[in-house]
Amino acid sequence: MKPRQIPKPGQKLPHYTSREPFEHAAAARLTPEQERYYLASQWQLMWWRFKRHRLAVISAVFLLLAYGSIFITEFLSPYNLHSRHVDQIYMPPQSVHLLHDGSFIGPFVYGTHYELDMQNLRRVYTEDKSKIHRLQFFCSADSYKFWGLIEADNHLFCVEDGGTIFLLGTDRLGRDILSRLLSGGRISLTIGLIGIVLSFTMAITIGGLAGYYGGIVDLFVQRVIEILQSFPQIPLWMALAAILPVTWSPLLIYFGITVILALLDWTGLARAVRSKLLALREEDYCMAARVMGASPNRVIFRHLMPGVMSHLIASATLSIPNMILGETALSFLGLGLRPPITSWGVLLNEAQNINVVALYPWLIFPVVPVILVILAFNFVGDGMRDAADPYK
Amino acid sequence: MIGFVLRRILLMIPTLLVISMIVFTIIELPPGDYLESYVAELQARGETVNEDEINFLREQYGFGQPVVQRYVDWVWGMLHGDFGYSFEYRLPVSDIVGDRILLTIVVSLATIIFTWLVAFPIGIYSATHHYSWGDYGLTFLGLLGLATPNFLLALVLLYLANVWFGTSIGGLMEPKYLDQAWSWGKLVSVLEHLWIPVVVVGTAGTAGLARRLRANLLDELQKQYVTTAKAKGLSPAKVLIKYPLRAAMNFFVSDIGHLLPAIISGAELTAIVLSLPTTGPVLISALQSQDMYLAGSFLMFLSTLTVVGVLVSDLALAVLDPRIRLEGGQSR
Repeated sequence: MKPRQIPKPGQKLPHYTSREPFEHAAAARLTPEQERYYLASQWQLMWWRFKRHRLAVISAVFLLLAYGSIFITEFLSPYNLHSRHVDQIYMPPQSVHLLHDGSFIGPFVYGTHYELDMQNLRRVYTEDKSKIHRLQFFCSADSYKFWGLIEADNHLFCVEDGGTIFLLGTDRLGRDILSRLLSGGRISLTIGLIGIVLSFTMAITIGGLAGYYGGIVDLFVQRVIEILQSFPQIPLWMALAAILPVTWSPLLIYFGITVILALLDWTGLARAVRSKLLALREEDYCMAARVMGASPNRVIFRHLMPGVMSHLIASATLSIPNMILGETALSFLGLGLRPPITSWGVLLNEAQNINVVALYPWLIFPVVPVILVILAFNFVGDGMRDAADPYK
Repeated sequence: MIGFVLRRILLMIPTLLVISMIVFTIIELPPGDYLESYVAELQARGETVNEDEINFLREQYGFGQPVVQRYVDWVWGMLHGDFGYSFEYRLPVSDIVGDRILLTIVVSLATIIFTWLVAFPIGIYSATHHYSWGDYGLTFLGLLGLATPNFLLALVLLYLANVWFGTSIGGLMEPKYLDQAWSWGKLVSVLEHLWIPVVVVGTAGTAGLARRLRANLLDELQKQYVTTAKAKGLSPAKVLIKYPLRAAMNFFVSDIGHLLPAIISGAELTAIVLSLPTTGPVLISALQSQDMYLAGSFLMFLSTLTVVGVLVSDLALAVLDPRIRLEGGQSR
């Protein structure tokens, strides 16, 4: 652009006149984008705002993948949950190579050589460079019942006959940790979801009643919440989990633990529901509904809930990690889920003895998915809370 | 003010009563009692069971009596400092509990102080330098701290200490002091070991507190009186400290109510991993063996600790903030 010339003193100023016809509504007309923005629904607005939070989007994708994987766990994992390899006990993670002696032969693992170190009774595995086992994809190996229905033996990857592939090593029974991790995710991830559904329902019902009726109901609920919140959570969880009879089937224990987790978790959410409802029920539209004879049920669920829902979902997302952690902690202590159910906490239970961990550090690996999932939930929850907040 | 304090203390009594009922229900819920499992265990080992002894114990500890009677006895005993009898240790509960509870309090208090000392400057820095690289870095670290469950952190630290220094960092004092009376050497030893559980338990709380302080302070800093103060030409430090920080302090104190249960929970778990001589390891074994009086006293005690902690924070808040004192409302 040419720098603008300042006219010399006394010189005539340049003058510009638009030849376009004058349009009086020009200032008020919206560009298509603006129009789209003003006409967008609440959820649409929230979605747009959520998309701007890049970390939240990445985390959401990660969580979707993680939850998606629990549908095809058996296919993704190279071995079955309980298949034992007696010759490969406490084997360290094997690494995948591409090059052998400088020549490219695609992904493969070396064979391993095992010997017992008699000095400190430690199992020592060394790579045997003479044996090469190529990786195969979409191959058949351990057979399993897909979803307990269909007999299948397809796996995403496995290794040529005679070789083993333990990308994260094996445990004390020679079971593949990666496979166990994947199926542990099935339990750990769903326990958070089911738990949050339970606690969400309780929170909406109880908090809704307190917020809608106020008065004595409110006072009572407030007291109950206060008392529940003054319990230190984990000792109480421990006590409740210790009650579950040992004779229960794994499935019952799973649901029992979920209920216990939810039983102490709803208080925070119920508080949020209550305080929001207390503010909203004074609004005119709510009065109008009541005057027209709507039942409390209808007023709460039809008129009040949509107003607080977005906020609640964000808060619920933030409390899922709490549940996952609760389950992990309980199982870690041996009070929660017990083998044969496999969750991340159950896997970590094997790493409870520090002497074992010092010798076989890969046993502690289940920490990583726990932290990743919790971080992801935190980011997504943060993004959702920002998106749901109309004042930003 | 005196009226407020009295009301607040009186309100604590029904809360504690309800808590004691819940605790009692929980320890009563499992089918069977300790004596039954004890008998079963003896029989499994092939030892003879002395019927008279069992019956005597049953009589002595009122297993035959109705539930309500036992509950009243339990609460009444606790008020007189009699916490019952631990079947597993064959000692009165108060003998086992004493030292461990003291250490739990020490760890919890130290953790709260640590949390405050660390969270305070971080929160202020993040709020005053928000969206700077320092803020992003601290926020990320904070989130990581929030996401790492403290028992896992303890496990990882144990592992790293084992690999790097070849020592175990578990325990709260050198082994030689374990069953000894308190002495200067024991105190020093405890202080030397204290920092690990404090850091482990405090990380999540610190991260949370720093984040909330940042958010609160940011809200305050955007208010108009801050602009006015700046326009008047006050020094930045004074603008920050005079009002916004004081307003944000309020929540800092009231937050103990949230912090304390979390810290005590975390301390229990960490204690189990690090095998600290606090309540954690004993609580879990008591729960597993249905040693009901021991487990009950621990649960009761931990809850009382939180309730008292919340009371203290409420009172401190009332001192700080006249609005709460005058309305007599609750801070949380």
